[in-house]
Amino acid sequence: MRSVSIIGAGCTRFGERWDDSLRDLVVETGIMALEDTSVSGEEIDGLYVGNMSGGRFVEQEHIGALISDCAGLSRLHVPSTRVEAACASGGLALRQAVLAVASGYSDVVIAAGVEKMTDVTGGVAADALAAAADREWECFFGATFPALYAMIARLHMHRFGTTREELAAVAVKNHHNGCMNPISQYQMEITVEKVMRSPLVADPLRVLDCSPITDGAAAVVLAPTEDAHKYSDAPIKILAAAQASDTLALHDRREITTLDASVHAARKAFSQAGLEPGDVDLAEVHDAFTIGEIVAIEDLGFAEKGEGGKAAEEGLTAIGGKIPINTSGGLKACGHPVGATGIKQAYELVLQLRGEAGKRQVEGAEIGLAHNVGGCGGTALVHIMSR
Amino acid sequence: MSTVPRFWRHIPQRYNLVGTHCEKCDEYYYPPRTICPNCRRNAKMEDHKFNGLGTVVTYTTIYNATDDFKRQTPYNLAIIELSEGPRLTGQVICSPDEIEIGMRVKPVFRILGKEGDRGIIYYGTKFVPVEGSV
Amino acid sequence: MPAGIVSYGVYIPKYRIRAKEIARVWGEREDMAQNLNVFEKSVPDIDEDAVTIAVEAARNAVKRASIDPARIEAIYAGSESHPYAVKPTGTIVGEAIGVDHELTAADFEFACKAGTAAVQACLGLVTANLIDLGLAIGTDTSQGAPGDALEYTAAAGAAAYIIGRENLAAEIEGFYSFTTDTPDFWRREGMPYPEHGGRFTGEPGYFKHVTSATRGLMKKMRTIPEDYDYAVFHQPNGKFPVRVAGQLGFSRDQIEPGLVVPWIGNTYSGSSLIGLAATLDVARPGERIFLASFGSGAGSDAFSIRVCDGIEDVRNRAPKVRDFFENVRYLDYAVYAKHKGKLRL
Repeated sequence: MRSVSIIGAGCTRFGERWDDSLRDLVVETGIMALEDTSVSGEEIDGLYVGNMSGGRFVEQEHIGALISDCAGLSRLHVPSTRVEAACASGGLALRQAVLAVASGYSDVVIAAGVEKMTDVTGGVAADALAAAADREWECFFGATFPALYAMIARLHMHRFGTTREELAAVAVKNHHNGCMNPISQYQMEITVEKVMRSPLVADPLRVLDCSPITDGAAAVVLAPTEDAHKYSDAPIKILAAAQASDTLALHDRREITTLDASVHAARKAFSQAGLEPGDVDLAEVHDAFTIGEIVAIEDLGFAEKGEGGKAAEEGLTAIGGKIPINTSGGLKACGHPVGATGIKQAYELVLQLRGEAGKRQVEGAEIGLAHNVGGCGGTALVHIMSR
Repeated sequence: MSTVPRFWRHIPQRYNLVGTHCEKCDEYYYPPRTICPNCRRNAKMEDHKFNGLGTVVTYTTIYNATDDFKRQTPYNLAIIELSEGPRLTGQVICSPDEIEIGMRVKPVFRILGKEGDRGIIYYGTKFVPVEGSV
Repeated sequence: MPAGIVSYGVYIPKYRIRAKEIARVWGEREDMAQNLNVFEKSVPDIDEDAVTIAVEAARNAVKRASIDPARIEAIYAGSESHPYAVKPTGTIVGEAIGVDHELTAADFEFACKAGTAAVQACLGLVTANLIDLGLAIGTDTSQGAPGDALEYTAAAGAAAYIIGRENLAAEIEGFYSFTTDTPDFWRREGMPYPEHGGRFTGEPGYFKHVTSATRGLMKKMRTIPEDYDYAVFHQPNGKFPVRVAGQLGFSRDQIEPGLVVPWIGNTYSGSSLIGLAATLDVARPGERIFLASFGSGAGSDAFSIRVCDGIEDVRNRAPKVRDFFENVRYLDYAVYAKHKGKLRL
């Protein structure tokens, strides 16, 4: 198995993109990614795209063929594959692309992610997202997606003393980071009081604890590390691409306040890379809800179980802190076009590791980690990359 | 849910908490599983009707629901551990400030949802606190 | 061969609204409650309907006498608020109590006496030895038009009776029905609220049919009011059953245990059967109960019932009617309207 690197990356502005269709977003990000490298269209031998629910949002399936076509690659008959793991579809696409190049089967592969969520009303979007949970045995009994994370939050607060203010601090930090990220959906500061006064969604989670409905797309271009210098001055090496599954329904988990899929994917990733959590300089983690970031930093090994709550409040996860988390603004502020998030995370790490992250740059960043979760933990992807 | 066969297929499971039990490793499953995660193809699975008594493991109160459940908000949702062991997700009918971790609950038969004014009515099991109910 | 009640079960929802709260909203006299002798009525939860409360009552009946549901070979559910115009309540109840598939079922409608008609149908099949056990249910989550007099009394409740030949809790010694075509109270298909003939519902309706059925049965059985320890009459309000009892020669003491309407309202198809259950909750072996239901349209079913030794074995094994009077929650009119679907969303 040979080493793989990212030779180009692009990401659209995330937000409510009324003027742009799913196809428009795909084209926009594809062009950005390719212009970031000197690869030509003819050299692309594979496409992977993460998209959770083209069918529910824009009544379109067969997304693999769609993006190859939009990219003008259908005449070259490039193999194109859509993968789906709910909110981890992007991370899954990245891993599949890595495996294709690492195995020697393909040389230059694009991993993209796209979601167009605003062509339907909020109620329909919420129902489409609920398909990430267990439809038969969670949603049918009245569960919503936020409700599942709310139950994790409730138990985390009960067991470890995590407070409402600590959850709010995660949202405040991520909004602060988003202000420094040109592609972020939200570019405004918020306060803990504002979070605490926002309407309840599923107690204890409030509107400002929850990531928004977003349109967006992102793409990265992969090549074997040994050839990367031909295409890029600053290739980023992928040290690990790990994935794990767990039960679909929250009630079937071994431990409700731990996402075992994250723990196992992280363990495998650190083993593949020959590294430990302490070696990581920054991480993009899956904060679909504020509690998600708290649980993630515990599961990934950046904090002890139960201690994750303090991290944002005490500044440990701020840009200048011990382990900067979600410098992009995370899912909360940057936005969460479901299938695209995993690739956006990779894009942020690429910018940071190249030293191109502007005001939100983590000084001397060398090792970055991306953590992408499907549903409330049925799937987890962990990628580690380095300069 | 907008499908008649998909609802009908699980009527015994929803009305009467019929799950499964692996005779080989003695583990109980609700919602029902066809494959026992411990024994996989070596399992000996049989149906098991749970009595429905359980304890609240964690909960939330939902204020913002999907269109199907809008009329019922706020309502409580919980993960409930049944006395035989398995955990399920279900609504607990009491006021939001009454529900707590560790509360003992029992099953009741209620409407889970309706397909608008013209579609079928989905019936199933919800839970009420044992204390203060008949 | 004797046949009768093997077991019974009831269910009354937890919510109540006081008559004076309804009067407050419509600007009516404060003493409506005293006027009707109905102080509060039961209100279903948002996720309850005639089917769900029938299931709870049937489950209580099965539990009370540890009935094997596979022995139930007929289910007749009577209501005027079946949630489906086409698709029976009885089959959903059957599935929920675990019957097997060898049974007959149909839904009944005869205003407030659909439940007692169901009892008669089960009795027929049981005494003819055509079935082992029959399940008869009277269940309603009835609607009163906002601002109408019936709004004070239209309530929710269900009673389920398991009819058989052995291990009787109470024997049904005989019955007599009086039925005419009298349009005293009705609801047209598709309309949400019923209409009624005002004072016409009294003499030509309730009183004529209840007294005719009562006198008819006592003549057939050669009994007089004094032969009975208890009497239960249909309870559309707290005045009619008291008045008709007096007219027929029954005492206030005889009807007292069965008079539940002041605290739960008129549960329509559940009404006289819940009154009977409240009486069975206290009656002793050997005592006799007289029951006369009334359904608008119109008819009355009268029953002569003798309590058996078996009542002692089963009475305490499931909730009693007055258990449902505990731990109730009061609603204001706005929340009540939301529960009853009177607010169009």
